[in-house]
Amino acid sequence: MTPEEELEFKRRRKARNWVVAGTLIFFVVLFYAITIVRIGDPG
Amino acid sequence: MATSAPQTNAGTGTTTLPTEWRDFFTLTKPRVMTLVIFTAICGVLAAPGSIHPVLGFTAILAISMGAGGSAALNHWWEADLDAGMKRTMNRPLPGGRMRREDARDFGIFLSGVSVVLMGVAIGWLAASLLLGAIIYYAVIYTMWLKPRTPQNIVIGGGAGAFPPLIGWVAVTGEITAMPILLFAIIFFWTPPHFWALALFVQSDYAKVGIPMLPVVAGEKPTRRQIMFYTLLLAPVAIAPWAIGGTSWIYGSVAVVLSALFVVLAMPVFTRMRAETDAMTPEKRLFKYSIVYLFVLFAALVADRVAAYQGLIA
Repeated sequence: MTPEEELEFKRRRKARNWVVAGTLIFFVVLFYAITIVRIGDPG
Repeated sequence: MATSAPQTNAGTGTTTLPTEWRDFFTLTKPRVMTLVIFTAICGVLAAPGSIHPVLGFTAILAISMGAGGSAALNHWWEADLDAGMKRTMNRPLPGGRMRREDARDFGIFLSGVSVVLMGVAIGWLAASLLLGAIIYYAVIYTMWLKPRTPQNIVIGGGAGAFPPLIGWVAVTGEITAMPILLFAIIFFWTPPHFWALALFVQSDYAKVGIPMLPVVAGEKPTRRQIMFYTLLLAPVAIAPWAIGGTSWIYGSVAVVLSALFVVLAMPVFTRMRAETDAMTPEKRLFKYSIVYLFVLFAALVADRVAAYQGLIA
């Protein structure tokens, strides 16, 4: 792997990691919100 | 014929670089997703009763994820076909930017999560419908019928018709006449919409051996079928008003839009392709069909919101 390819490899991996982290945080918040709503649901 | 066994280098992942996250996003067919999200939102908003905004958002998210997952499975299955068509040859798999099994795994994961999310947050009737929609699109349409029958589009239209039905059921928890009519509207809208497109991109489908109606039956039967389904669509689109499910607001919009649809389908029905044909009537009908669906569903939501707010009877 050339230095340019290695830089591109790291850039892509970093970008993917950020997207995965963002998605996980989003779902943690969403499931928390769903739980609160369902607990308060009288039906 | 479509097969999961790679026949070209599509999706063999010749590069050692990790796939860009944008390519995973592309697998979900974001442009098709626009229509899915829109009609799902319409189903949620038009349904009688109320749903907590968090749950409403979750229902639409689950429907979108299900649509994205089945679209990814479609990319995986059709990678070889996509490689042979100009319109699709730059997709992540035929473009060599992703491994084939990654697309498959992503599709299965997204589909699975969408069904579980819908079941846990909303209910298992809506989740069952979502699972049915995913299987319908990814298995019945993509793997089974699309490569085998020229009526593939008619049957495939059922997959795209699920979102408003699921959105409605997410709110009400039951299947009634109105959500079935919303399903039927998209079902009967799909053939004239897609065959109008297939008439002017005919050569691409012929190249990869997909039995699109214009390819196997010829232009004349296709034009006849476009007219036939347009005439079927009109009463189905007006039916929600006719059965008392909507007011005159939706009814008048449905009548005007459907009449215009018939008017625009007429020249497509009566003419035949000439040398150096620009295919203007077909392109006009295709574009109008998109506007038709968006405006019709927007009118439905406006009608129902006005009714629930007590602004109309």
